[in-house]
Amino acid sequence: MSLLLLPLIIFFAGALLQMVFGRRVAVVRVAGPAITVAGALAGLIPVIRAFGGKSVTASLPWSMPFGSFSVEMDGLSALFALPILVICALAAVYGSEYLKSFEGKKNLAGFWFFFNVLAGSMLLVVTARNAILFLLAWEVMSLSSFFLVIFESEQEHARRAGWTYLVATHIGTAFLLVLFCMLGAQAGTLDFSGFSAAGMAPKFLSAAFLLAVIGFGTKAGFMPMHVWLPEAHPAAPSHVSAVMSGVMIKTGIYGLLRVLTHLGTPPAWWGWVLVAIGAASGILGIVFALSQHDIKRLLAYSSVENVGIITAGIGIGMLGMSYGNDAMMLLGFAGALLHVLNHSIFKSLLFLGAGSVLHAAATREIDRLGGLMKRTPFTGAAFLAGSVAICGLPPLNGFLGEFMIYLGSFKALTGSAAACPAAGVVVIAALALIGGLAAVCFTKAFGMIFLGEPRSDAAAHAHECGPAMRIPMLVLAALCVAVGLAGPFIPKLLIPAVQVLAGRQMTDGNFFAPTERLLTNISLFATGVLALSALLLVLRTRLLRNKPVSESVTWDCGYAAPTARMQYTASSYADPVVRLFKLFLQTRRKFVSPKGLFPEKSSFSSATPDFYRERMYRPAFNATEKFLTRFQWLQHGRLNLYILCIMVTLIVILVWKLR
Amino acid sequence: MEMNTLSILNLLAGLILAPLLPGIINRTKAVFAGRHGQPVLQTYFDIFKLLRKGAVYSRTTSWVFRLSPVIGLAAVIAAMTLLPALSAPAPVSFAGDLILFAYCFGLLRFFLVAAALDTGSAFEGMGASREVQFSALAEPALLLGLAALARATGSLSLTGIFSASAGPSAGPALALVSAALFIVFLAENARIPVDDPNTHLELTMIHEVMVLDYSGPDFAIILYTSSLKMWALGALLVNVLFSFLPLHGPAAVACVAGSMILLSVLVGIVESIMARLSLLKVPQLLAGAVAISVLALTLVLRFTS
Repeated sequence: MSLLLLPLIIFFAGALLQMVFGRRVAVVRVAGPAITVAGALAGLIPVIRAFGGKSVTASLPWSMPFGSFSVEMDGLSALFALPILVICALAAVYGSEYLKSFEGKKNLAGFWFFFNVLAGSMLLVVTARNAILFLLAWEVMSLSSFFLVIFESEQEHARRAGWTYLVATHIGTAFLLVLFCMLGAQAGTLDFSGFSAAGMAPKFLSAAFLLAVIGFGTKAGFMPMHVWLPEAHPAAPSHVSAVMSGVMIKTGIYGLLRVLTHLGTPPAWWGWVLVAIGAASGILGIVFALSQHDIKRLLAYSSVENVGIITAGIGIGMLGMSYGNDAMMLLGFAGALLHVLNHSIFKSLLFLGAGSVLHAAATREIDRLGGLMKRTPFTGAAFLAGSVAICGLPPLNGFLGEFMIYLGSFKALTGSAAACPAAGVVVIAALALIGGLAAVCFTKAFGMIFLGEPRSDAAAHAHECGPAMRIPMLVLAALCVAVGLAGPFIPKLLIPAVQVLAGRQMTDGNFFAPTERLLTNISLFATGVLALSALLLVLRTRLLRNKPVSESVTWDCGYAAPTARMQYTASSYADPVVRLFKLFLQTRRKFVSPKGLFPEKSSFSSATPDFYRERMYRPAFNATEKFLTRFQWLQHGRLNLYILCIMVTLIVILVWKLR
Repeated sequence: MEMNTLSILNLLAGLILAPLLPGIINRTKAVFAGRHGQPVLQTYFDIFKLLRKGAVYSRTTSWVFRLSPVIGLAAVIAAMTLLPALSAPAPVSFAGDLILFAYCFGLLRFFLVAAALDTGSAFEGMGASREVQFSALAEPALLLGLAALARATGSLSLTGIFSASAGPSAGPALALVSAALFIVFLAENARIPVDDPNTHLELTMIHEVMVLDYSGPDFAIILYTSSLKMWALGALLVNVLFSFLPLHGPAAVACVAGSMILLSVLVGIVESIMARLSLLKVPQLLAGAVAISVLALTLVLRFTS
């Protein structure tokens, strides 16, 4: 049996067996996460093989028309499979404790069934090498995650979020269906290995590219196809949000990249499309993120931003490819892929942290939290690491990927083979602005939740989570630091995948040596910053020894009775930036001003609903609904007439075919 | 080897002379106002006095408040190791270090802002809010300006950029980049017209209000960090302005150090003759800096090959 089939069997068979035989609460609690961890460990073996340069393949007999059960783990698949396996396993460990409060109230056997099916289907998506198998896995992935989103289906917002997600994901899949039918019709087979750009008309290839951008972009969260993301991710239990935001949306990026490898050398405008989508998603994603009041919504929008950064990197890589600028191509692709890995680490960490906050204080409203650093110090430290990393600041991992994309854009400007400088300028400007706005967003998230004084009783009486929730956060926080310092080893992970994308073997050592030197430099620098900080910390501690150190109140201009409500709130903190971008955000403010000499009541509230959802999708769907109601006379509820309709249709088709 | 000692000399000049800059600015302002003014070395006196003192912490604060100054200082020193003095190379240099240079200040800012929020004070929250807003706009101006320099010289490291000659055709672009960097310099260092370091009202402060609750050695670190930041961004500007001078060896280091003093006088003059902008106008100023950088970049893209 192939190494690659083992993890798939563990995930799917394990899920089924546990559903059938292990429905008792005590069994589910252990068996569910255990299956995920076992599957992940088994899956790591082919991943490591693929990083070593040896693809692992397997195929099974399958009687599906046009289908073949062929799977392969190559460099590109491995790069996406690695975070899928690691994050799913960590999220499962976290979930074993997180779900305890639902025991007896909810069907946890069903939850773990869908969770393991989701893990298995994601692995199958990134390894499938046949369009039918791919689409099946894609659909299983979408459906299983849908059931996880509506886990708390007794709440209306969860049902609505699930509905939005279900509609969005199937619209995306519709585009993919067309895409694969097109590619299959040209190639005469639905096996990926048969797809080839040779002899295809440029118009056809461009149509395929656009279908892939829309279809896969819906899953990845490209603006404006992102609307399901800020609904679905907050509704799911936090460790599911971590999996969905951290790794599941990346399957969209994977699909896009995989299809691109079959479309030959891209024309420049494809790269431009991705650069534009990337810059727009990145900037607007982070602007929407910083205007949110709900921590999980904020994190979901920030996923849109990070997908934007990844997409801009891919765009730079494609432009490098079409202009024959190898350095630009390498840095763009490698930076994007590295950011895929990094984002899966810190976004999962932040979602797990948000789950711990929700667990501790029973609210996701940032303005009702505060001061949690003293009450949940462990979660606070982990969240801080994730926040610094997601802002792309050295010395943590987030900087490395962004740095490579930056450098790819600089390569578009400089050097003898400068290509497409305007795209470089767009990406540099976008990344710089995103960097600045991400700092606003995550100082707000971290500062308002964990620092200062608690803004509600629930936050004041928050309690730290237990070890099963802490260990995954600790591992992810450690990874944020470790990847930041592991520069010299990173190219080994990225090179196999970049070679798949470039469509050629790049055995030339000189080609990768600059990247390796570059990342080594950054990691050395990061080590220097950490060492210097440690040294200065020691110095500071020595200076304070034997000196009077006392505690007092925060400086309040001598005001007699300060309360926690006088603190700056998250909304006021972000307000100046929100106003700068009011054209896009259209934040609604409701203000009842105090009246009279002895004012009694006043209130203020603000909300930033999704612009695209309100202005684009809602009118479009309403118009569609209006149009379709015209056919309501067909929907009369008489079963015999329905059957008659079906019969008539079948006969018409039969006659037409036999004519 | 000779180059190495020069690099170290350049770094040391920055580390030692930086606290001089606020003193010179204040003296210039005093002269303009017809006052005698505080000693030029006042910042040194303040730092040494504070280092010998104990500390008072707010009960609201956590370890983030105590850790932040240290990380900020480490970040800004790290950034300074990337700075050359004209043709004298920086102690550390590699392709892309200009991005790292900009992001070191991001690290400094993140922790400074986190510390301000840690106090739970509305004043400090307000200052933090303004700081992150303005720097979010200053960041594109800085990076696009650096991109123009990279394009003009064909180099991706600060050392490479300032040791290469950009050629006379890049002159107008360099002038524009200098203008953009001067605005960024004023904004990032909390000077007029963006922030007034002499204001006495917490409500109107930006940088000063964020560090209200620091005392003792921590505050000394903060003061020193601010001086270093002013030196680092100022030296970048000076490097751009004088990159055409064929100076080598110690003369280059001396030129940069001397120009820093002139720059401080210039800042003092700006502060004496200008009022502070209203807070709502500051984003427009910074957007203007971005526009200038973009213009510079357009010029170098058009007129250099």
